[in-house]
Amino acid sequence: MTMMATATTTTDRIDKRRVLRATPTRVWRAISNAREFGTWFGIELGDEFAPGATVHGKVTYQGKDVTFAFHIERMEPERLLSFRWHPFAVDPAIDYSREPTTLVELAIAPAPEGTLLTVTESGFDQIPLARRAKAFEMNSGGWAEQMQNIARHVES
Amino acid sequence: MSSPSLAAQARTGAPIFAALGDETRLRIVAKLSAGGALSIVRLTEGEAMTRQAITKHLSVLAGAGLVRDVRRGRERLWELERSPLETARRYLELVSQRWDGALARLAAMVEVDGD
Repeated sequence: MTMMATATTTTDRIDKRRVLRATPTRVWRAISNAREFGTWFGIELGDEFAPGATVHGKVTYQGKDVTFAFHIERMEPERLLSFRWHPFAVDPAIDYSREPTTLVELAIAPAPEGTLLTVTESGFDQIPLARRAKAFEMNSGGWAEQMQNIARHVES
Repeated sequence: MSSPSLAAQARTGAPIFAALGDETRLRIVAKLSAGGALSIVRLTEGEAMTRQAITKHLSVLAGAGLVRDVRRGRERLWELERSPLETARRYLELVSQRWDGALARLAAMVEVDGD
């Protein structure tokens, strides 16, 4: 991973690496073909990916259809796909279009066992905290750590 | 992220300690920590005081940033407030889990059918 001299916090980005037992050609098709991408990502995509294109996708969340927009940035065959989107934009009552996006980069490289896929998503610190809290609430029922939270309130 | 000075930490912490320096308010926090979001009615159960008195205690806790009220339908509930950093961290965990799931499905897809 390239180290860049940017002041990002640990809450701003995620990095994922996974070696896939398949060729870079196969992996590239799975991430660059909109239909294949939709299959594993869990989203129904209408159009093909192309640099600069905005591709709309649909997911069903709690019985309602929610539309996503992927803003495709770069497509470098068998190397890199990048797009911007609004993460967890699943509340139909909210217009996310004016809010900051995160940048998703899917980089692939040949590896002895097949293909190394590196996923980074960055820019979360720009997402309003209330949005992040909302996404969390929608996914969580657990309150066991609340006492620890109070300790953190006091300590931080 | 800059680390606040000890004095700043003490200033931030003082209202929290003051808010928690009361048995009733400590019990409220304990109830919320065990039961998630609760209504005034539930919070008043077992207390030898009125709902109005409990509401006053909740205001003190809210003023210290420890609790907040939320609406669930027509009901007003109270819950513990998470710290911003905690929210940000937990959010990233969610994102991370979502990617883990997606990448597992991607692996299953490309590793079975080959090239």
